[in-house]
Parts: sequence; C-alpha cells; structure tokens
Amino acid sequence: MSLTSAHSVVAPSATSKRVAGTIIVAYALISIVPLLWIFATSFKTPPDSIAYPPKILFQPSVEGYCNLFTTRTRQTPEYINSLGPATGLCDETVRKRNMVIAGPSNFMPRFVNSLIIAFGSTFCAVFLGTLSAYGFSRFKVPLADDLLFFILSTRMMPPIAVAIPIYLMYRELGLSDTALGMILLYTAVNVSLAVWLLKGFIDEIPREYEEAAMIDGYTRLQAFWRTVLPQATTGIAATAIFCLIFAWNEYAFAALLTSGTAQTAPPFIPTIIGEGGQDWPAVAAGTTIFLVPILVFTILLRKQLLRGITFGAVRK
Amino acid sequence: MLNRTADSVARATPEPLARKVRGISDKGLAWLFISPTILLLLAINIFPLFWAIYLSFTNFRANRPNEVVKNLGLANYKRILADQDIWIAMQTTAHFVFWTILLQTLIGFTLAWLIDRKFRGHAFWTTIILVPMMLSPAVVGNFWRFLYEPQIGLFAYAVSFVTGIPATEISMLSNVSLAPWSIIIVDTWMWTPYVMLICLAGLRSIPEYIYEAAEVDRASNWRQFWSITLPMALPFIMLAVLFRGIENFKMFDMVNLLTGGGPGSTTEVASITLKRQAFESWRTGYSSAFAIILFVAVFGLANIYVKALNKVKQR
Repeated sequence: MSLTSAHSVVAPSATSKRVAGTIIVAYALISIVPLLWIFATSFKTPPDSIAYPPKILFQPSVEGYCNLFTTRTRQTPEYINSLGPATGLCDETVRKRNMVIAGPSNFMPRFVNSLIIAFGSTFCAVFLGTLSAYGFSRFKVPLADDLLFFILSTRMMPPIAVAIPIYLMYRELGLSDTALGMILLYTAVNVSLAVWLLKGFIDEIPREYEEAAMIDGYTRLQAFWRTVLPQATTGIAATAIFCLIFAWNEYAFAALLTSGTAQTAPPFIPTIIGEGGQDWPAVAAGTTIFLVPILVFTILLRKQLLRGITFGAVRK
Repeated sequence: MLNRTADSVARATPEPLARKVRGISDKGLAWLFISPTILLLLAINIFPLFWAIYLSFTNFRANRPNEVVKNLGLANYKRILADQDIWIAMQTTAHFVFWTILLQTLIGFTLAWLIDRKFRGHAFWTTIILVPMMLSPAVVGNFWRFLYEPQIGLFAYAVSFVTGIPATEISMLSNVSLAPWSIIIVDTWMWTPYVMLICLAGLRSIPEYIYEAAEVDRASNWRQFWSITLPMALPFIMLAVLFRGIENFKMFDMVNLLTGGGPGSTTEVASITLKRQAFESWRTGYSSAFAIILFVAVFGLANIYVKALNKVKQR
C-alpha cells in the first residue's frame, strides 16, 4: 500500500511474481464462489435451485425475490382463472405455481429494523466515541490506561453471557424486543471499537492546531469543534462504517433478545421457508439484498480496513 | 472565524483567567467527554455482569420469575466443573479454536507472503479476497447449509467431482465425524483474509535495508525467510492469533445457524451449550455460572497471551 516498502534492490523475480499472482487469483476465485452462488441462486426457480447436478446455466427468474417480499396462498386453477389478468411480474410468476399473493412478507419490516438499529446505534456510538477519544487523547485522565482497557474488555465477553442478564434487565425495563433496547445494546458494544479507533485518529492530529486556535481566542470546546473535528472526518467516517457493519451483521443478541417487532434481518433470513422446506431462492434473494451494502462499504473502506479490524492496533 | 474585537480582547486577557471565563476547565471537559461512555458501559455491560455474578450463586430460573430464589453458594460452579457435558463442550471448542487458528494462520500468512511479491493487479485481488470476512457470519453461515446439502449442494458436488466419492455420501452436516470440520471450513473460508491482512501489514513493516544487508551477506532466500521475514512478522501473526482466538472461543452465530450444535452435540461449542442451558432449559443461575467461568477463561488466557506478545515485541 505504501511506496516506501517496495523492495527495489531485492525485488522478487518475474517468475516468482507470476507464480504468486496465479496462486492468489486462484484462491480469490475459489473463495468468491459461495458468494457468486448466493447471487445465482437468488435468480433461480425453486426447482432449478435444488437440481442435481447443480445448475450453472439456467433461465433467470424473479421468483426468489417475489417469494421474499410476499406471502402466498395456494389456490385452485379455476379460482386463478376467474381472477383478472395478472398485475405485475410477481403476480404472473406466482400464478404459474397455482398461488396467489396474499400480502407482503415480514422481510421489509425486518430490513427496516436493521436499518434503524444499525444507523441509530452507529450514530450514538460514534458520537460518544468521538467525545471520549478526544478526552483520552488530549487530557490527562487519571487511570486512563485502565479505563481504556476496561472499555476494550467489554468486547471480550461471549455475547450469550451478556445476553442472559440483559434479557432479564430488559424484561424489567420493558425494553425487550424494542428498537431502543437494541440500539442501546449495540451502542455499548460498538463504543469500545469507536473509542479505540478514534483515539488513534485523533492522536495523529497535531495538538498545535488547537493550541493555535486557543491562542486566537477559541475556547477548548470551540477549538475541538472547529479544528479537530474537521480534521478527523476521515477517521470518524471510517469508524462509523465499522460500527455500522458490526450492527448490521450482528446475530447473537438479535436472535435472543428480539422476536417480533424489533427483529432484524439476520435472525429473520434463516426462517424464510417455502412449501416443504427452506425456500432457497428466497433466502438467497434476502441474503443478496442484505449483503450488497456491506460489499459497497468494504470497497470504500479497503484502505482503513486493517486499522478497523485490529481496534487500531495496526495502522499500516 | 472570530471577529477582530473578540480576538483582541482574548489576547489581552491573561491565559488562565481567560479559560475560566470562557468556559469549563480542561479537567471538567475531560470528564464531561468521557463520562457518558463510561456510564453507558456501566449500565449495559458492568451492571448486568454483576447481576450475572449474583445469579450464578442462585437457582433462579428466568421462566419462573415468581418462584422463591434460593442461595446455593458455590454449588453451580461445582456442578459445572463436574459436568461431563460441559467438558465435552470445552473440548469441542478447543478442537474448533485450534484447527481454525492453525489453518487460518498457515493459509493467511502464505497468502500475505505471496501478495507481498506485488504482482500486477495484487491490490484488486486482495480486495476480492477480503470480501468474505466483512459479511454477516450468521447470514452467510446459513447459506452454507445449502452449499453443504449432500446431493444438491455445490460443496458436495465439487468434492465428489474432485475425489470421485458419490455426492450423496458427502453429508457434511449430518455425519458425526464430518460436522466438526464443516464449521472449521466455513470459519477458515471467512476469516483467513483477516489473518492475511494483518500478516501483510507485518511483512510490509519490515524495512527493505535488512533484506539488502542480507543480500550483501549472501544469505540464501531460505535463510532470509527464517531469520528475517518470520521473526519480524511474528508480533503481527501473534496479534492475529489473539483476535481470532478470542472471537472463536466465543463463536456462536455461524455454528448456531450451520449445525445448531448437532448432530447430537458433536459441534456444540461453549456458546451453544450456554444458549441451550440459558434459553432452552432456562437454568439461568447455572448458565450464569458457566458464563462467568467462560469470561474468566477468555480474560485470563488473553492476559497471559498479551504478556507473551509484548515479550516478543520487545525482542
């Protein structure tokens, strides 16, 4: 990534480069196959998805996506014929299987829950994290190292171990199965990451900027607001995306603490079933829709990735 | 920015006085900035932890909140340490952690070492390799159930294509001896890129002049690898092992969706046992005690490990 580390004199030979390249490309292609398979399955019909041998070439269909977003009931052909012409592509697809769309499925509300909880908790975690990180970075806080370690150690607990008392506490407080409860919980989990990452980013901003601003008559708060924050935007954005990805992907807490109104997409997607077992094209469709935002973020983040996954311990 | 009058007034005022007049002291601000985070963690992490410690000494059951809670002292802890099933779960966890870390470190380091040759297009392919680790382990783990299906699944098909074993006989998830490997494969697929990325940072941190000096001394490539590359990348490898170790010790989501601990209890790692005890058998007190034991174990092991890591770094 950085130019200084290029081995100029001791550069690897052309052959070794070619061999390395071949192996890496082969690994990349193999490791991406499951994801391509998810994408392909989402456009298969249910019979195609369970064909043997597995079908690589197939007639694409939107049935998976239709099944994902709707609930359907089986009807007699006479009844279906008595209906008017099909309204829309999904209606048409579903009727071919002697089904009629009965209404929307739960996928959309679950997806919206995921959005609300992920963005809500990210905002809170980044807000609190920025303040704390600045505090730890710039002021002499008594027991700073202990506090920072305490903040990190909350991340080491197995989620199920935390979930038991949280479950009881939320039941007492009426926060069970609410978006607010999940936002609070994810904020608490993410704030440790946010503090550690942002402290690293803020440490890199020279103190001289604020000092100069304060000599010019800014208060500490104004100096923080007008000189530090604008310079930390990249770091804040990267941290926010990491928090967002965590909250978006989280499953253990969501599965144990939500069941209906506040359920997010990860515990919902595995429960999508069709007639006689799992409706794999619909699951694949849900998975595809769920994964696409993360794919985009990964590509945007690739330069900060290392820092994010190591809690700022490795910075390149 | 600020207007000129305010500026000149501020300059004329002595510094300490000016600060007091213009707002809160640095110390006050520090606490104002830090305390919300600490309070949140106290409320959502530490208070429940203490509650769990309290519950671990009782026979409380969350599905019978009105029953009289009896204090059992250390009885829960004694029962756990004597419970055969718990020890089997710990062995399953150890098997899972050991093999995933071994495979991920070997493959991850090799990949990083190859990428460090900087062949054409290495940045692009690196990004492709990194994708699996960013995805939801639950959602992707769930889909692997489909890939593992004995006949229709892509994995079984690919294995039978390569080895010639009939695809109907490759039932990764229902075969007792294959199921532990099914979760190791998915975890390795997902997290090898993570180890790779950290190792790559390690390899790139090695200054070029060391290799140049070795070249002058006519050290063989083999020698350079063992005396320069590996020792200098070791702190990074150890860091990756630490992070993966902690994560896999508490592994829940992927395994829960892929096998749910089955068949039988062959893939029942500690977190799955904990979930079964706490949310299916509703033995809240007992499972709290197990949770505390797990937490102390992770914490203790991680602390010892970090000490070792710091020693390696100092060398």
